[in-house]
Parts: sequence; structure tokens; C-alpha cells
Amino acid sequence: MFGKLNLEAIPTDEPIIMWTLAVVALIALAGIAAITYSRKWTYLWKEWFTSVDHKRIGVMYIVVGLVMLLRGFSDAIMMRTQQAMASDGSPGYLPPEHYDQIFTAHGVIMIFFMAMPLVVGLMNIVVPLQIGARDVAFPFLNALSFWLFVAGAMLVNVSLAVGEFARTGWVAYPPLSGLSYSPGVGVDYYIWSLQISGVGTLLTGVNFFVTILKMRTPGMTLFRMPVFTWTVLCTAVLILASFPILTATLFMLSLDRYLDMHFFTNELGGNPMMYVNLIWAWGHPEVYILILPAFGIFSEVASTFSRKRLFGYHSLVWATIVITILSFIVWVHHFFTMGSGANVNAFFGIMTMIIAVPTGVKIFTWLFTMYRGRVRFETPMLWTVGFIVTFSIGGMTGVLLAVPGADFLLHNSLFLIAHFHNVIIGGAVFGYMCGLTYWFPKAFGFKLHDRLGRAAFWCWITGFYFAFMPSYFLGFMGMTRRLNHFNVPEWEPWLLAELLGVGIILCGVSCQILQFYFSIRQRHQNRDLTGDPWDGRTLEWSTASPPPFYNFAQQPVVDGIDAYWGMKERGQKTAVEADFQNIHMPRNTAMGLVISLFSLIMCFALVWHIWWLAIVGLVATIGGVIWRSADDDIDYYVPAEEVARIENQRIKMLAEA
Amino acid sequence: MSNLVQPNATAPESEHGHSDASSMTLFGFWIYLMTDCILFATLFATYAVLGQSVAGGPGAADIFELPYVLTETFILLFSSITYGFAMLALSAGQKQKVLAWLGLTFVLGLAFIGMEIHEFQKLIAEGYGPERSAFLTGFFTLVGTHGLHVTTGLIWMAVVMFQVQRKGLTTVNATRMGCLSLFWHFLDVVWICVFTVVYLFGVM
Repeated sequence: MFGKLNLEAIPTDEPIIMWTLAVVALIALAGIAAITYSRKWTYLWKEWFTSVDHKRIGVMYIVVGLVMLLRGFSDAIMMRTQQAMASDGSPGYLPPEHYDQIFTAHGVIMIFFMAMPLVVGLMNIVVPLQIGARDVAFPFLNALSFWLFVAGAMLVNVSLAVGEFARTGWVAYPPLSGLSYSPGVGVDYYIWSLQISGVGTLLTGVNFFVTILKMRTPGMTLFRMPVFTWTVLCTAVLILASFPILTATLFMLSLDRYLDMHFFTNELGGNPMMYVNLIWAWGHPEVYILILPAFGIFSEVASTFSRKRLFGYHSLVWATIVITILSFIVWVHHFFTMGSGANVNAFFGIMTMIIAVPTGVKIFTWLFTMYRGRVRFETPMLWTVGFIVTFSIGGMTGVLLAVPGADFLLHNSLFLIAHFHNVIIGGAVFGYMCGLTYWFPKAFGFKLHDRLGRAAFWCWITGFYFAFMPSYFLGFMGMTRRLNHFNVPEWEPWLLAELLGVGIILCGVSCQILQFYFSIRQRHQNRDLTGDPWDGRTLEWSTASPPPFYNFAQQPVVDGIDAYWGMKERGQKTAVEADFQNIHMPRNTAMGLVISLFSLIMCFALVWHIWWLAIVGLVATIGGVIWRSADDDIDYYVPAEEVARIENQRIKMLAEA
Repeated sequence: MSNLVQPNATAPESEHGHSDASSMTLFGFWIYLMTDCILFATLFATYAVLGQSVAGGPGAADIFELPYVLTETFILLFSSITYGFAMLALSAGQKQKVLAWLGLTFVLGLAFIGMEIHEFQKLIAEGYGPERSAFLTGFFTLVGTHGLHVTTGLIWMAVVMFQVQRKGLTTVNATRMGCLSLFWHFLDVVWICVFTVVYLFGVM
């Protein structure tokens, strides 16, 4: 009846997990109670959960992403504490089978359920506004993408309470992830949570590709698009070209596990190295999916806070395009040690080094944008400067690793761990924090608390250097990744320094939590009445903060790069009384949430081999799609009088500001 | 109005934006198909790697019956032609003809799937199931994934026929038929590749 599922699946004998669950349950109960007490359920359901508005969906992505950041960061704290303790014969406090789940969950959560939603959330909030559109091309699909992603995130979290997570590392190499070496449900949780959220990501890719190509406001040619929109376009291309590979690869792994097939087994002709090739053919483009939008954010911020047009707009765009293409022909550098031969390794090594060229171009365009600009060191600018320094170091160690001969020594050592945290935290995460601070007032109508934001930045960057620079040395000293315990006294001081670093980052994260709290409490002091708090240059700043649900009452007309800056220079007003037209908008719908819930049930049933429930889930999912397709009442017109009312209110507000 | 947001909008007739929305839907679906193409490319590459790994079991030449597969191929190709006629009837605005051609396409698709299931059943009964060797794993997965796509297409076709029957040849239904048309022809192209790479190269 319940497949492999029984009460023993709940790890009651693991005090750490049970305490975590208790705390999570308490927080969840407190949240539910607070919402019920303030009677906000109807509001949440009507305005948020069923929303197809890209701005709301974007905010929800970011909320989930930040919550998952806390979980992934807790995993990191646990690992660092374990490694600081488990030396000299001490086993530490985390048994190996638990520790293995933690490092797997840490990687999976940070990439798929922290970084991806932060990227996609910022894309959602910003891109339609930057191109002067009223929504994305397919608003319902957008909501569906979001809820599928949530379903994936839920599945990962359920694995904490029911059963186990994979112990394979975040890319789940077979044969370790095959049935013979991982007979439990951990890898199945891994597979289905990635599949379900991967479908959401793929649909997001389609949506934004079409949105950017088809829905730009009149006059906005491709080479007048803001750089962030450009990077999102390239990211969409990367998603479209790489996520199908992930889907296919995980599909094959699940066939091996469920139907006893032999893609990646050791027996009967299977080929485990094929998995490694396939997963990195997706995995390398994936890291550029994470970093390209961050580059876009830094470009916007560098230009805005230097009060200058971006230096070398065209070279920056072309560098982005070149990186997009090159990212598909470097995947072998993740496993030079496979031994594919000197010529193959040389090719991939050289290609990898070549990627440093367009990336270097970008670093110089940001530097030259700041050069002789009137730089304002607001919080977003701090993140940008911190990024330029930190990311450059990470980039250079990457070029080091691109030398196959050196890689044979450094493969899977902490040097590698230091490198990719250096570029992902110092590049991508700094970028998202920067983007959050920069666009927060646009989404909510008030700025984030300034001093706590600065404090968070300084803690993050100091903590980062303490937490990861020692890893470079540990790598040279021979320490490999994913060690549960060891007996090398020389490593210990470095590991203690790293633990200190994690503590400093924890201060940064605490500052950010406080920052949200105080910003919301003191929102009336930090109101942004103009819609343009930073003296911005691109179209998103030309509308109100927060923007009306239709974004623009009248489509802006664009005649150059930095369209809004041009309007300001000409003294052109963006909020004027005019003869407003009816606006065509999509209706809210719960179907995105409902369909995703059915898919979640199906995936959970598949994890536990509850076949009847899986079939019910599948049929319900398909039925949900058909149900939605039969609905003709999916759009409406906002009457011109309503538009006029909202716009006149804004004109009044601007006069007061 | 280059900025209409609804893909499936049944906008009032006075609104000239809806052709725009349906062209956007078609474009979006076309992009989706390209991602599907990459999915198949991955499976083809896998099959190419595993095709010789028979692990002491049968090879391609031992188990494939070309005449049988050729019949399957022609049935699927014919279903593409009949779908083309359905699209012609759509642009002529003849609802009954659209339904008739879609019905014929459906039957041909069903026949194709039936033959494929029969082929699979026979192989499994002979002990040559997907768990026998890496070659058979790759074969069943590649061909089976195509079959799954055709099955999805059949469910979709049934839904579209039902909706055309109930609501007539509306803009929304026309857009859906356009997307399904792309899908159906795409599956044909993939099958040509399957037929060539798996069956022809395998036997010859």
C-alpha cells in the first residue's frame, strides 16, 4: 500500500535532525498562527499564491531562495564545525552517513534552491520593467514555473523528515548513485526534486527568451537593451540549451534505478563516465546561468552609481555572448583526470583559459566605468567593488586549474573548493545581494536599512576571506574535499580560521535578517515616492515604486541606451495626464499551484515506490493541464478610468515628493 | 499593441492584438521544441556510445525486423500528411473536415504506438528487455521516449478534437492546432533519425 514507506523512515534516533525538525515546526507554526491572527490568508491567496504578476512571482522566488539560503548555510556551519572538531582521533559530532547527506544537501540547495530562485526572482521583477513590457510573454506559465520550483524545494525539505537525502555529492556520480551502492531513497529524492524544479526552470527559459525577443517597447532594439536584460537573454539561451541535458541524464539515472537498466552501471556494458560527461555538459553552462545575470547587475549598478554611461557597452554585450557560446565547450575541465588523452585535455584546457578573456574584458569595462565617474559608495556599489576584487582572485585560480597538469594534482582538493566558492560567493551571491539592495525599493516602495546593509557587506566579505582563503593552502597541503575526519595536525589552524570565517558570515546573515526587520518597521522613513531612488538610467526607474500591476500606463518610447536617463536629460516627464486606454491583463489563477501540488504528490510517490499514488498524481497533473486549457476566462481589461485614477494618484504623489 | 500579454487570449474581435499573441505562443512552442530536440540529441549520443555494448547479448542485426519498422515508419509519415490536410481544412474554416482529418491522424498515430508496443513486448518476451545489456537499455529508452512523445501528442490531439467540437475553430483552437502541428511533424523528423540511426545503421 505505501511502497517502501513506513514509520521507520522518520529518523527518530537522530537527535540533531529531530531538534531541527522541532525548531522548523515551531517557526512554521508561529508563522501560520501569525497569518491566521492577522487574518491574512485570503490576502495571501488572492494577491500572491494565485498571482500571475511577474513582480509578485519574483518576490516569492526571492523569499523562498532566502529561506533556502538559511538552510544551505546551516549545512555549511555544521560541516565547518565538524571539520574543526574531527581531528586527532576525535570523530566529531556528525557520523559519516549524516555528514555525507549534509554536504550533498548543501551543494544541491545552494545551487538549485538558493542561487537559481534568486536569479530567476530578480529576472522576474526587473526584466519586463526594463524592456517596458506589461508582463512576461506567458504569465500563467510563469506562475507554473514558480510553483514547480517550490514543489522541488519542498521535496528536498521533506527528505529531512521522511527518509534520507543522497550521500553522493551534489552531482550524484554513478556507480555510487546507482542502485547497488545507494539502495536507499536518498538519490531518488535528489532525482525527483531536481527534475520537477528543472521543468520549472526550462519553462522560465522559454518564457524569458520569448519575452525579451518579442515584447520590447517601441524603439528598444537589441543593442539598446539594458545590460541586465542582455545577460538574462543569454542566460535564457543557456537554460534552453543545457537543462534538457540534465533532464535526460537524470531520466537515464532513474531508469537505471527503477527499471534495472544499464546506462551507468558497472555491469552489462554500462558506462559511468558517460554520466560524468553528460552532467557537466549541463553543469558548466549552469554556472554561467548563475553568474551572467550577476554580471548584468554589476553593470547596471556600476553605471548608475558612477553617474556615467557604461564604458564599452558593445564589448560587454559581445563578451556575454562569447561566454555563452564558450561555456558549452569546456565541460571536460571538471574531470581532466578521466584520462581522455593529452590532446583532448589540451583542447578543453585552452578553451577554459580563453573564457578568461571575455571575462577580463568585463572586469575592465566596470573599472573604466568607475574611472573618472562621480562614484557614490552606496551599499550596492560596495558589493560591486567587493565583487571585482574577490572575483578576480577566483578567476585567476580558475585559470590555474585549467592547466590539466596542475589539475591532476589539485583535482577534488580543497583548492578546487576554494576556487568555486570564490567565484560563486564572490561573484554570483555578491551579485544577488547587490541586486536585492538595488531593486528592493522598486519592488516594495521603500529602501532597505542602510547601515545594517553596509555592516552585512563588511561581514560577508571579511568572513568570506577567512572562510575560503585557507582552503587554497589546505588544497596545496593535500587536503581533499568531503572529509568527515582526518588526522593531520598541520591542517587544524587553517580549519579553525575557516570556522571563524563562517562565524563572521553568520554575523553578516544576521545583519541581513535584522535589516529586513528594521527596514519593514521603519518603511515610512525610507519611502521612495519618486520611483527613482538611486537616480537610475533604465526604464524600470521611470515608473512608480512599487509599479502598478500593469507596469506602464503608456508604453515608453526608447531612442537609445539608458532610455530613462535620456528622458531625464530632456526634461521629459514620465507621469503625465493623458488619454489612457483600456489595458489587457491576465487573470489570476490557482492552477499553477494546483498542478504543481499534483506533481509533488507524484514525485513523492515515485521516491517511495507507491505506484498507485504516482499514477493518481500523474493523471491529476495531466488533468490539471487539460482543465486549465478548457478555461476561456483567463484575461480581462482594466478600464481606462481605473488607469487614469491610479496614474493621477501618482502624479499627485510626485508633486508632494 | 506589440505588448499584448495573453498567449491564449480570446480578445474581442475589435482588438487586433490577438494574432500577435498567437504568433508569440507559436514562437514559444517552437523554442520549447528546440529544447526537446536537445533532449533527443542527448539520447541519440547515449545510444551511439552504448550501441556496441551488447554484453554477450544480441546485437542490432539480430533483433530488428526492417519490414515491420518500415511499415511503422510509413504509418507515422502518413499521419503527418493527414495532419497537414487538417491544417488546410482549418484555414478553409471547415470544422467537420478538420475533425475528420484529425480523427484519421489519431488512428494512424494509435496504430504506430500499437505496433511499437507489440515490438517491445516481443523483444521482452524473448528475453531481450532493457535490462539485458547497455545496448538494449539505450534502444528501449530512445525509441520509448519517442513513443512517449507520440502518446502525449495523441492525448493532446484528443483534447483538441474535443475542444474544436465544442467551441469551433476559434483563434485559441487554431493556435493549439498550430502548436500540435509543429509537435507532430517534429516527432516525424525525430523518427526519421531513429529509423536511420537505430534500425538502418543497426541492420546494414
